[in-house]
Parts: sequence; structure tokens; C-alpha cells
Amino acid sequence: MSDREPFFTEQHDMFRAMVRQFVETELAPHAEEWEEAELFPREVFKKAGDAGLLGINYDEAYGGTGLDYWYTVIRTEEYVRSRCAGVNMALLVQSDMATPIIHDLGTEEQKQEFLVPAIKGDKIAALGVSEPGAGSDVVSLRTTARRDGGDYVINGSKTFITNGTRADFITLIVKTDPDKTHQGVSVVLVPGDAPGLTVGRKLKKLGNKASDTAELHFDNVRIPQRYLVGEEGHGFYYLMHNFQGERLVAAIGAVAGAQQLIEDALKYGEQRQAFGKPIIKFQTWRHEFAQHLTEVEAARRLAYFAADLFGRKVPCVREVSMAKLFCAELANKVADRCLQFHGGWGYMDEYTVSRAWRDARLVTIGGGTSEVMREIISKLSF
Amino acid sequence: MRIVVCLKPVPDTAARIKVHKDGTRVDPEGVKFVLGPYDARTIAKAIELRGAAGGGNEVVAISAGAASGEAEAKKRIKDALALGADRGVFIADPTPENRDPLATAKALAAAIKGLDGFDLVFCGRQAVDDQALSVGPMLATLLGVPCVTDAVGMEVQGSTARVRRAAEGRTEVVEVQLPAVITGQRDLADEQYPKLKEILAAGKKPIADFKFDWPATPAYHVVSLSPPPEPIAGKIVGKGPEAVPELFKLLQSEAKVLTF
Ligand SMILES: Cc1cc2nc3c(=O)[nH]c(=O)nc-3n(C[C@H](O)[C@H](O)[C@H](O)COP(=O)(O)OP(=O)(O)OC[C@H]3O[C@@H](n4cnc5c(N)ncnc54)[C@H](O)[C@@H]3O)c2cc1C
Repeated sequence: MSDREPFFTEQHDMFRAMVRQFVETELAPHAEEWEEAELFPREVFKKAGDAGLLGINYDEAYGGTGLDYWYTVIRTEEYVRSRCAGVNMALLVQSDMATPIIHDLGTEEQKQEFLVPAIKGDKIAALGVSEPGAGSDVVSLRTTARRDGGDYVINGSKTFITNGTRADFITLIVKTDPDKTHQGVSVVLVPGDAPGLTVGRKLKKLGNKASDTAELHFDNVRIPQRYLVGEEGHGFYYLMHNFQGERLVAAIGAVAGAQQLIEDALKYGEQRQAFGKPIIKFQTWRHEFAQHLTEVEAARRLAYFAADLFGRKVPCVREVSMAKLFCAELANKVADRCLQFHGGWGYMDEYTVSRAWRDARLVTIGGGTSEVMREIISKLSF
Repeated sequence: MRIVVCLKPVPDTAARIKVHKDGTRVDPEGVKFVLGPYDARTIAKAIELRGAAGGGNEVVAISAGAASGEAEAKKRIKDALALGADRGVFIADPTPENRDPLATAKALAAAIKGLDGFDLVFCGRQAVDDQALSVGPMLATLLGVPCVTDAVGMEVQGSTARVRRAAEGRTEVVEVQLPAVITGQRDLADEQYPKLKEILAAGKKPIADFKFDWPATPAYHVVSLSPPPEPIAGKIVGKGPEAVPELFKLLQSEAKVLTF
């Protein structure tokens, strides 16, 4: 614990050192290779599970550790050292996006079948919300799950699904009542090998290349009704709650990424010479980096504020949305300026800044766009 | 089997080292201390040799005082506990500036003798800060047991250890009767990282305080400490394979990093 960061105890610090070591041994050395391959090995989930990174806040009864949210903050911050946002995102989908609903609302049977192996890293999880025709506007989603005897029969398509090409199960958002809006939405669990479920395309993308992003098609996919999570027709509210954790880790990762970009750039600036001096000695850049550092610190405080509220289960949709908005926009600005600072080398793949710049582009879009964040904040403020 | 691992917090290699204003030691202020790379390996090896915890086998992590101060030293013992060691022993040192390797070895020997027997004692081949390379062999002498230095691998069978050690240009395999002191090289084991559950468990493992009467005056003391000279600017000798003979010559005669 330090006087400056009262949230973090000695045990938190030990955990941070451990995650750093995990990331530096298991992830960072492979970043290039995985980016190139546009996928990373399945065992990475297992290794993260073994290290205890996939069930930090989850009950011990299911293989988690039931710890406070600051551990999640630390883990998310340390992931950025992989310099491979794709693998980080895939791991975060597993632990903080596709599984919280099961942990909070699932039946004992669902937890044993899906949550326990997800925490261990034995089963890969995906979250299926977005559709070709509905992203921000979740309520207009068109994938349906119709009751048929003791089953649900699912039809429709999802797109942009992280971990989608090889998910062992999908936490799927469907319409159980297509005639209704919010009250027609439900959450179901679909095994990856369910007959009628096919992976359409693995999508090519600008950044986060190490992670797979898939289109999924559901053609009369039959699942038992016991795979419904929580109550039918309550899915929209569950999802809105789930988004908070997703947005918070996005915000925390964005700030940590921006901080790392600045640190990398400063090192570069000490070595790179122009007009007879290291480029970091030019006042224009010194002042610009002072500004970035100030804004990153402000962003981190906002993210920590939201994390503190979230961890204490105090309502915080407004603060989480603000953090997601501010940190994601800032991460893009910082990435862009750090790339500029590298000159032509910034445009080449020799330095990781070009990858970071491409990867950063996602954060203002995924998990709710900046425009949607502003919409939420305005609705909750005036 | 009882395996003792001696460890010392050392400044992180990335830390900027400053000479203390007294001119004879490193200023610990603002320096980040970590487990030394050799210690990290000996811990890993000790855990491997112990096998599953319990069953009468244990790994005890010991640290004697430290320039880093008590809190840091105890944190490094906790690191060892998180990696799987069963318990820790800390020997406080009120005057770390008085310390020399013999005093450290005496303190460790006293604590180890207080343990009700031991089979193996591990030290790193050196602490990466002071680089005295003496504590392990001195400790063996004080304990009256053999010492095998620079181990790069080992197995234990009954009361015999078969140790591979790095000798100049070759690997030696030696057999030694336990109890013994082994000093470890980097290759002794792969460095491990703890699991989250082990970090939580480490919080509940005991760290005992062992009291030692440190010698009032050190056997030797540092008279002065100076930072290394500023690195000299690089030199481009030539290009391609043709440059190799010249480079080789300069590495021998000027840089003196090649001694053959
Ligand atoms: C790499 C990647 C991984 C992803 N992983 C997943 C995943 O695992 N699971 C999943 O379900 N989804 C995933 N997504 C989808 C992501 O969550 C959506 O892209 C995001 O929610 C935006 O939806 P959309 O793409 O349909 O954009 P649209 O909703 O079509 O938005 C288009 C534009 O319209 C704007 N807009 C929309 N509504 C409003 C409004 N009310 N006011 C003002 N402007 C508005 C948006 O801000 C945006 O600029 C992923 C996306 C990417 C790129």
C-alpha cells in the first residue's frame, strides 16, 4: 500500500507483480506471432485460468477467489503490457463480459456446466449481442428464441463476436418475444457445438488482430429451456448491468494503454536525435507530453472513481459511461500523438506504437460507442 | 525433507542506483527491491524437490536483515511463500551498514541451526547487487556441511544429491551427501510466477522473527563506493564479415571482454 494509492494493499501489489510476470512471460513474447497468425493458442485461456485471472471476483465455490474489484483493475492494467490488445480483449470477454451474468443469475447447474470451466480456462466463452442490423440499438435485435416443448429454438445471426470462431459456449442475447421491445429480450446459453450453429466468417479487421471476431448463424438451433439465464423477458436489464463491467474494464485498459504509450514514447524521444538533440528536448513535445500525462492522470481518477463505486455496488451507470467515454477518446488522442512523435518510424511496424494506434481505435466503438455514452450521460443528467 | 532457501532483496535491475550520502553504500531511498534472479530459481527448485506440500517435507525461506529494510525483506519472504514455500524466518539487522558477508553467513547459520535439522540449504550463486559470491560457501563452513557451487541442475535420491554444476567450459556432475549447501545458477530451474490463490494463501503462512546478535564491528567494511564510469561512446569498426577480425582484436585488446 502506498500513501498515494490507498486502494491498493500489499497483497494487491503482490498480485500486480504476479500479473506482470504472467503477462511478460506468457503473452508479451508472442505478441508479434499472434498478430501475424490472427489468433493465439487456446492454452492461453488455460494458463490465465491456472494463474487465477479469470475468476477474480467470482465465488470460491465455483473456482473464483471472491476478491474486491481492485484486483480486477490491477489485472486489466497489467494486461496492457502484452502490447497485444487482441489477446487482452479475448481474455476480458472470457472473465468480465460473457460470464458475469451466469455468475450473478445462473442456476447451480448452469454454473457447473459453464462458469466453472470458464474460470478454469477449459471452456472458451463468447458474448453474443451485436447483429448485422443492430449494435448500439440492442432492442431492435432480431435473433429469436421460440419455445418449443421443453426447448428453445433459435434463429438469426450475430456479428463481431469476439472468441466466436472457437467458443465452447455463447452467452446469447435473444428476443423471446419479438413483438415486445425491452421486455422481449432474454439471455440464453448456447453450447458452441449445438447443431444448426455455424461460424460464418472470421472477420478481417483494422486492429486487435490476435483475437478472432466471428459472424455466427443460428438455424433452428435447439437448446433446453434450462439454458435460459434468469427470467425470460428480463434480458435487457441484465445486459445493461453487464455492460457496466465491460465498459469499466475498457476504460481502465484504455488509460493504462495510454500511460504505457507515453512511457514508450518518452524512451524513444531520449534516443532519437534531430537538429543535434534528443527530440524529447524540444519544448513543444515536452509540453505536449506534460499535457498528456495530466489528462491520463485525470482519466485514471475518473476510472478509479467509477471502479470504486462499481466495486461497492453503488449505482454508477453515469460514472462508468463517463469513464468509458473519456478514457477511450483520450487513448485515441494519445496513441495518435505518440505515433506522430515517432515520425516515419511510427508509421512502420518496427515500433509497437503503430499497432497500439490501430488497436486503440476500437475502444470508442466496442462495448458501446462514444456517442451512445454521451446519450446515456445526458439522459441521466438532464 | 527440510529445504532452506536463503534470499536477499536486491534492487530491480531497472532501478537507478545512487550512492548513499555516507559514500559507502547504495541509497535505498526510492529504489524498488525485488527477489534476485538466482533466488527466484533456487526457490523454484526447492519447491520442485519438496513436491506437494505437507507429508513432513517443507521449504523454509530465510532472509537476514537487508539494506532494503525490514518491510521490503519481509515482502520478499512473502514472495517465496506465494511461490510455495511453507514458512519464513526473518533475521532483523538494526545496523545493516555494518554488514559483511561473514556476518550474514553467521546470522543465517544461527537461524538454520535453530530449525531442528535440515537437509538442503540453497543460496543464489551471488546477490546481483554486492556480488560477493561468499555467503553460500561461508554458510556451509559454519554449518559444517559440504558446499556445491554454481548448480545448474540437480536431483535428490535418498540422502544423496546429484548436482550438475557449471564449470568453465564444461558441466560437472557431482554427488554430495546431504545435508549440504548448494548455490544456484540461473539454469537451476525455470523462474515461476505465483498463482492468485497462492498469493492469498501466502498471507496466512507464518514468518518467524529470529533474533541474532550481530557482530559489533564487521570483518571488513566498504571504504568507498563509486558509480561505474560513464559508458564510452560506441565505435563502428567496419561493415560485414570483413570487420570481424578487427572487431575481435579490439574486443580483446581494447574492451578486454574477450580474454582468450
Ligand atoms: C473488434 C470488435 C469486437 C467486438 N466484440 C463483440 C462481442 O464480442 N460481442 C458483441 O456482441 N459485440 C461485439 N462487438 C460489437 C460492438 O459492441 C459494436 O460494434 C458496438 O456496440 C457498435 O454497434 P454497431 O457496430 O452496430 O454500430 P451502430 O450501432 O450501427 O453505430 C453506427 C454509428 O451510429 C452511431 N449511433 C448509434 N446510435 C446512436 C445514437 N443513439 N446517438 C448518436 N449516435 C448513434 C454510433 O455511435 C456509430 O457512430 C465488437 C466490435 C468490434 C469492432
